[in-house]
Amino acid sequence: MSSGLKQRFADQIKAMFGTEPRKDFEIAPAAKEIHFFKKNNRDFIAEKLHARAHAEHKNTWRNRRWAVLILANLLFVVSFYFDIQMLEGALTASRFVGFHLIDLNSALQVMLAHKHIITNLLIGTGTVLVLWVIFGGRTFCSWVCPYHLLAEWAEKIHLFLAKKKLVTDQPIDRRLRTVFWIVFAVLALVTGYTVFEAISPTGILSRALIYGPGLALLWVLALLIFEVFFVRRAWCRYACPIGLTYGVVGIISPLRIKYTLEGCFHEGDCRKVCLVPHVLDTVIKGRAVDTEVAIGPDCTRCGLCVDTCPTGSLKFDVKGLSKLM
Amino acid sequence: MSDEEVKVGAGETAQATPKPAGKPPLSKERKQQARRRVLRTILLTGGVLGAAVSGWLPLAYAQKKRLRPPGALDEKDFLSSCIKCGQCVQVCPVQAIKLADLVDGFGVGTPFIDARAQACDFSCDAVQCILACPTGSLTYHKPDFLAVRPGAKMASKPVLLAKENDPEPTLNLAERIGVARLTRPESCLAIQGKGFKGQARGAAFGGELRYMKVDRWKPIKVADHPYDTELCDLCVQACPIKGAISIETVFAPDGSQRKSPVVHESCVGCGVCEMICPTEPASIEIIPGEGWRA
Repeated sequence: MSSGLKQRFADQIKAMFGTEPRKDFEIAPAAKEIHFFKKNNRDFIAEKLHARAHAEHKNTWRNRRWAVLILANLLFVVSFYFDIQMLEGALTASRFVGFHLIDLNSALQVMLAHKHIITNLLIGTGTVLVLWVIFGGRTFCSWVCPYHLLAEWAEKIHLFLAKKKLVTDQPIDRRLRTVFWIVFAVLALVTGYTVFEAISPTGILSRALIYGPGLALLWVLALLIFEVFFVRRAWCRYACPIGLTYGVVGIISPLRIKYTLEGCFHEGDCRKVCLVPHVLDTVIKGRAVDTEVAIGPDCTRCGLCVDTCPTGSLKFDVKGLSKLM
Repeated sequence: MSDEEVKVGAGETAQATPKPAGKPPLSKERKQQARRRVLRTILLTGGVLGAAVSGWLPLAYAQKKRLRPPGALDEKDFLSSCIKCGQCVQVCPVQAIKLADLVDGFGVGTPFIDARAQACDFSCDAVQCILACPTGSLTYHKPDFLAVRPGAKMASKPVLLAKENDPEPTLNLAERIGVARLTRPESCLAIQGKGFKGQARGAAFGGELRYMKVDRWKPIKVADHPYDTELCDLCVQACPIKGAISIETVFAPDGSQRKSPVVHESCVGCGVCEMICPTEPASIEIIPGEGWRA
């Protein structure tokens, strides 16, 4: 890894906790060359306009992701409904053909509140930890969390209204999520109640799907209304401690999105569809520190940027896999 | 700032206009934007924390305790440790366990039993909900550092009538989840010397119970099992625990003799007596979390 990449890796971890990404990294010579080539290159600009005009919008990864998300949640539902005991429980804790699976954030809340950890809790947490280290941390958010899907649809309404100039996105300080994480951890530790679990839309929705709807859905509805009319993707971007917990897991995950500088037109289409645009700061003209840059841990690996990119400069990648093959 | 720039973020703007050394002074517009952002951040903080902390109110103002599934830790510890996954709901053969809703505050998503609608009759023999619990909220072995409620500890492990002839006839429960009390003796049919004939809770009642004489492994609807007794003893007939309740001769304050159901120390608080009681409202009820008092 070049020194620029190393600095960026560390900076992206900080950005996940809420700081703005730095812009003054040391840029590798090969990347400098490409940056220089792109500057005022008429052919490149003409090609870019042409390619962008002809780019067809794909929904490949989005469709795959929605299918996985719906199937995962449906498996919980049918498992209980038909009593086939495939995936018992809810997203907070479950058993997949007998193996314990426990959501990392829920497990943390219970451990802090109860201050006593039994073996099954430890096994389930460990299994889920390994699972998401392999699959990319916040992959949980976009590929499994039922609130993510609802929020994605709410986002579409928000963007439609924004286009009509009826609403505007009102950004919030991203450090808030880290504050919430700490506050809820401290609340669990001090009060002995799993306070966050009472308002977690992930848990509420998962239980509503499996065990039937309840009044708790009103809270989820309130969040969605807030996101449609005021702040785009407010909960996932600025509040949810589950996202931060899985984000930390994503730091060491080999599965991520990889950016290739060479073909990129720097139009920023990817940043417009991204839930966490601060991870894509590297696509801004002149910023990429190397010819290939891994996207940071806060990325949910949702693949919207991969679908949107007209040049194929953003791709799913498993670290070290290309070297092995 | 145009729409485009808002969406793409501040980074690109900074790129377009080269920055002089040091921090440039913020324009009036930028300052205003920053101030609004702080206000919105405070709004979201307040909203989320307000919603979260308001979950404490239902606990503080609760009129009645919830009856928790067998093996539940004491209420405070139960709420600390329950991960709200509902695996106990899924394994219960009589669907006695329900999950609490928003009105329970911090208890949202935690399991409880509405004994009058469907009590735990230990049809599963092994207390499946305890086995299913991933966090030890429901447990056979309470950790040593947790105190035992006064009167919660069972004198001996309760014998399940259904397993009475098995090599291991007991339920592995060390503590009771409540105690049955004759809360409305004036309406109790036994005390009035009356018998009972017919469906205990009417034809429309959906609750199920395991009747050993009908099928050891399959609980049936209470409505499908009519009773006919000279003196009502439905609570005694239905009780799944050995020696937990019996009809005894008692003396009223005026010295007159009468029959009455009497609850004994081996009552675990499962709630079957409350479910089966044919009077409306039930003459006998479970007091959740209550300890035994001789």
